[in-house]
Amino acid sequence: MSSPHVVPLRTYLLVFGALLVLTALTTGVAFINLGPLNTVAAMAIAFTKMLLVLFFFMHLKYSARLMRVVVLAGFFWFALLLALVFADYSTRGFPASSSPAPWSVAAPPTHP
Amino acid sequence: MSDVHAGPAGLAHQFEDLEQQHETDTLGIWVFLVTEIMFFGGLFTAYAIYRWFYLPSFEAGSRILNITLGATNTAVLIGSSLTMALSVRSAQLGKRKALIVFLILTMILGGVFLGIKGVEYHDKFVEHIVPGIDFAPQGEVLQHLAPGGLNHAQMYFFFYFAMTGLHALHMIVGMGLLLVLVLRARRGDFSPHYFAPVEVTGLYWHFVDIVWIFLFPLLYLIGGRY
Repeated sequence: MSSPHVVPLRTYLLVFGALLVLTALTTGVAFINLGPLNTVAAMAIAFTKMLLVLFFFMHLKYSARLMRVVVLAGFFWFALLLALVFADYSTRGFPASSSPAPWSVAAPPTHP
Repeated sequence: MSDVHAGPAGLAHQFEDLEQQHETDTLGIWVFLVTEIMFFGGLFTAYAIYRWFYLPSFEAGSRILNITLGATNTAVLIGSSLTMALSVRSAQLGKRKALIVFLILTMILGGVFLGIKGVEYHDKFVEHIVPGIDFAPQGEVLQHLAPGGLNHAQMYFFFYFAMTGLHALHMIVGMGLLLVLVLRARRGDFSPHYFAPVEVTGLYWHFVDIVWIFLFPLLYLIGGRY
């Protein structure tokens, strides 16, 4: 394996087709009311599209394991950022207008 | 590339072989892209927090965006990712003409994306929904934005311009890199043994595509269109 892997043309075209179909799908789903599932579906489709781009267009499927570990570390770090920021905000009863967490101290009632 | 040391064409003397050199090149750009994940990640996190705070306004804001132009731009950018991938493939196979053609196609599609983005930005100015500069929505737009509060809606458009603007800036940088690649390819700099600049620019371009793959649903879709 002295020269890097050359991906077959067919693979690239199939991935391109799949990405277009998924784009049409996610746009279509936005017009149907699924409640909170709309966001879940949109994010799941975006995540699938990202994996297709990462593994085929960006050659992660054919790359050394080291490369996959680096990418995974990047996304893991981003997940930490999201999780800890949300843990922080959701346990401080902030913003005041939204419903506070059940264990947060209720503001004293104001009497007119 | 120095040719003082004997070895395969395109092999820099500090590497054992072409494979090690190739892995080093791609590892370098991947580490850079991880910093880019965190760079955009900060904005995505802030967007998620504010969307959670001001949900009705954010949903109203996203319903005002032009979904047709957004979806078209997504397809255009995916197309440019395909031509970019085919550029790298042409370089790997030593097809110089095809490499130049695909690089130029990638630039054209990138230009179409930025053009459509420009039309959308123009529409926002016409509708007076540019946060900080001219945020005074009128008529039907105001009807849409009013329920959640105008200040909260303005926050949504701050995010819209910051995130799509930063993404567009990355596209402009990418198009500059592509121009350099076209000039270098014409000069005959690349061969099946040495095409690292094409591959590395390709990884950057695909990453910018991934950012848009998330921006499209987050900004345009999840407010609901029903």
